Amino acid sequence: MKRDRSSPIPRRRLLGLATGLAGLAAVAPVRLAFANAPTERRFVLVILRGALDGLAAVPPYADPDYANLRGALAFGTPGEQAGVLDLDGRFGLNPALAPLLPLWQARELAILHAVATPYRERSHFDGQNLLENGTSKPNGAPDGWLNRALAVIGASDRRLGLVVGETAPLVLEGSVPVASWEPAGLLPEASPDFLTQLAAIYRADPLLGPALATGIDSQRLSDEIMSAGPSAAPNDTSAGANNNMKLRAADLLAPAAEGAGKLLADPRGPRIAVLEAGGWDTHANQGLMTGRLATALAGLANGMVALKHGLGPAWSETVVAVVTEFGRTAAPNGTGGTDHGTATVAMLAGGRVAGGRIVTTWPGLATARLYQGRDLAPTMDLRAPLKAVLASQLEIDAPTLARVVFPDSPSIEPLDGVIRS
Amino acid sequence: MASIAGFQAVARFGLGARAGEIEEASAAPDDWVLAQLQDGAWPSALSGMPSGQSLAEDLLKAFNRGAQAVQENLKGAARQQYIDEIGARTKAQVESQAPFKERLVAFWSNHFTVSIAKPALIGLAGAFEREAIRPHVTGRFVDMLLAVLRHPAMLLYLDNAQSIGPGSRAGELRNRGLNENLGREVLELHTLGVDGGYRQEDVQAFARMLTGWSIGGKRGGTPGAFHFYPQLHEPGAKTLLGRQYPEGGEAEVEQAAADLALHPATARHLALKLARHFIADEPPADIVGRLADRYLETGGALGAMAAFIAREPDAWHMPLTKVKTPNELMVSTLRVLGRTPDPKAIIASLKSLGQIPFDAPSPAGWPDRAEDWVGPEAVLRRADFAMAVAQRLPANLQPRQLLDVALGPAASDVTRQAVERAPAPADGFALVLAAPEFQRR
Repeated sequence: MKRDRSSPIPRRRLLGLATGLAGLAAVAPVRLAFANAPTERRFVLVILRGALDGLAAVPPYADPDYANLRGALAFGTPGEQAGVLDLDGRFGLNPALAPLLPLWQARELAILHAVATPYRERSHFDGQNLLENGTSKPNGAPDGWLNRALAVIGASDRRLGLVVGETAPLVLEGSVPVASWEPAGLLPEASPDFLTQLAAIYRADPLLGPALATGIDSQRLSDEIMSAGPSAAPNDTSAGANNNMKLRAADLLAPAAEGAGKLLADPRGPRIAVLEAGGWDTHANQGLMTGRLATALAGLANGMVALKHGLGPAWSETVVAVVTEFGRTAAPNGTGGTDHGTATVAMLAGGRVAGGRIVTTWPGLATARLYQGRDLAPTMDLRAPLKAVLASQLEIDAPTLARVVFPDSPSIEPLDGVIRS
Repeated sequence: MASIAGFQAVARFGLGARAGEIEEASAAPDDWVLAQLQDGAWPSALSGMPSGQSLAEDLLKAFNRGAQAVQENLKGAARQQYIDEIGARTKAQVESQAPFKERLVAFWSNHFTVSIAKPALIGLAGAFEREAIRPHVTGRFVDMLLAVLRHPAMLLYLDNAQSIGPGSRAGELRNRGLNENLGREVLELHTLGVDGGYRQEDVQAFARMLTGWSIGGKRGGTPGAFHFYPQLHEPGAKTLLGRQYPEGGEAEVEQAAADLALHPATARHLALKLARHFIADEPPADIVGRLADRYLETGGALGAMAAFIAREPDAWHMPLTKVKTPNELMVSTLRVLGRTPDPKAIIASLKSLGQIPFDAPSPAGWPDRAEDWVGPEAVLRRADFAMAVAQRLPANLQPRQLLDVALGPAASDVTRQAVERAPAPADGFALVLAAPEFQRR
């Protein structure tokens, strides 16, 4: 069942989600997209679709209201049974995120808490739309903030855009072309000769024509990069230990992230990657030390470690931002899970991050301090850290960030001190 | 004589041409489409399938025996049921004499998505479409909505089966409570739409009305069938969209569903989606408005909505605005060839094309715009699929014949020339199946 660690990753198998592994029911929602940019710095955006429970990922164990409020979903203090891994005496890491501790200790991981986009309703679809369109309302822009950022710095070389998966996520949609590249096709590939014949009859089609032309180009490039050399798989146990359960997003993250890291590290490769993973919508039986959320978090942590491994020395030039559309209710619901909420955590990791700390204006968990009496209250706009990241990695100035990338956001300053100077 | 309008009838409103179908539809294209709405025949491919109740009962029995038994069910009997359902459903679509009706089944099934992305649904998704969707596609929307809300598949998919009124007897005893997942998605996705003017209080009110709507088992009802549990139902009046509903047990949802079904926001939401599906990714606002009016005038009659679309001149004027979904591409390919392969091969190909049956990424269902299905990679996969099919076609068939059956007078000169000049028969067949006129509808 395991990938052969000495062979190069086969064509179209970046995710290693070879078809033999995936049961019929089990194609997990992990997607990758890439874009190029005229820089040596790297930026990876990880979108956790479905709303991550920030109070479970990074529990505020020292908050006096935490244990009561969370009830059966409360972790213990460090060293206790079901205890968190201490970070700073106030907050701890969910034990399932243990693989991230070395990054924290190396000051390459910063955690932002009680953070939210400007969205204050509770629809996944609108929440994700707004997270990606970069405005303050759903459908507030037809394109994504990362694409607008690329347009600002003049990244328009379509040859190096790659999207792994069917189509680009909204955050990368827009005027700067990106292409796509999906791993693990079950069908034999049509020959280059046939694609040339097809291109002739697609020429007049405004949609199919450009899509095919770009697909042919990027397939050529990605084949070249991915067949260039072998790489040992990191964390073999975490990615492959799954013997009899269905293949989940959690299991696919590490191989996907490692492949993404390799592409980003290549001198001819892209500089920007977007990695999307589902599995966070824990309405029922969320679990504590084990269960749905612990599995998903372990997958995320292993994915981050695999990404670092894939990037190699390029990690020192990298920022990874982990974001989700909103948080979940502060208290458990009636079915051992949590419903859609408001503020949550975000993470920044990488060699360019000034980490080892938690950045938050902690709102507290007393009922009166909760947003609408039910959710962790937002005290930081997610655009603040994202602006800091884009200022560092793409060298976009604050006025442009406030006008073009995140329109109408002059009051949101780029967050100070989370990027190494 | 085959006409362009005949091609449009079978491609835009149907599932692609079977041999001779373009000619058949060309005599009176709109009548050919409309007559299908009167077709009450149950597809023979779907007869003899087990009921959702019996499938849910098997699953619940496994739940009661523990995690191991659940895994055995999901990987064994339930997975086999899924494969059988895909085989039967595809056969029904490929052989259908009323493909417009099959399109409506697929449309409403996607509107009320249950997805096997939640593994427990793998054995139930097909039964859901057969039982909650198919009987109602030319009936009233509210009847379909209530059939959906009472189906074990939806009750499991959006967690309502375990939602308990916090003030109910069981809620007070067991300290378990409300799950608002189904309540929210009904308002956001199934009826009013996300901009339909409801608020968080409405979500909670509808979720409270839905408490007690669950599945029969040890504590009452027929195992695996819908059952209303009064002891789980949140007592008291509820206020939804400004209207107060007195405590009414199971009847609360029936009354609220009737009101939601005829809400103007629901009419707009459904009209936009249906017009988007059949006419264009961004359908003319005027058509959407008139379609919504028609829906409200007829008390939410889905057959009247379908007939309105088929009679709408703009639906016939616009040239091939829509791109086929992978399933539509698969089915139209099989119809033109007149064959239905092994279900595992169908599922494998659809996986490669990016649309595993009943595996929509979220309760919102599969997207319905060209941009969602046409990326550079998706186009390459479609080319691969065309070639894989082409290489299996018999040597006594000519690419030109396939072109005439599939596209008739709609084939462009460029496509026709490329097919005539193809270096080998397989290339010619694949060009027909990958041609823009065949990828679109």
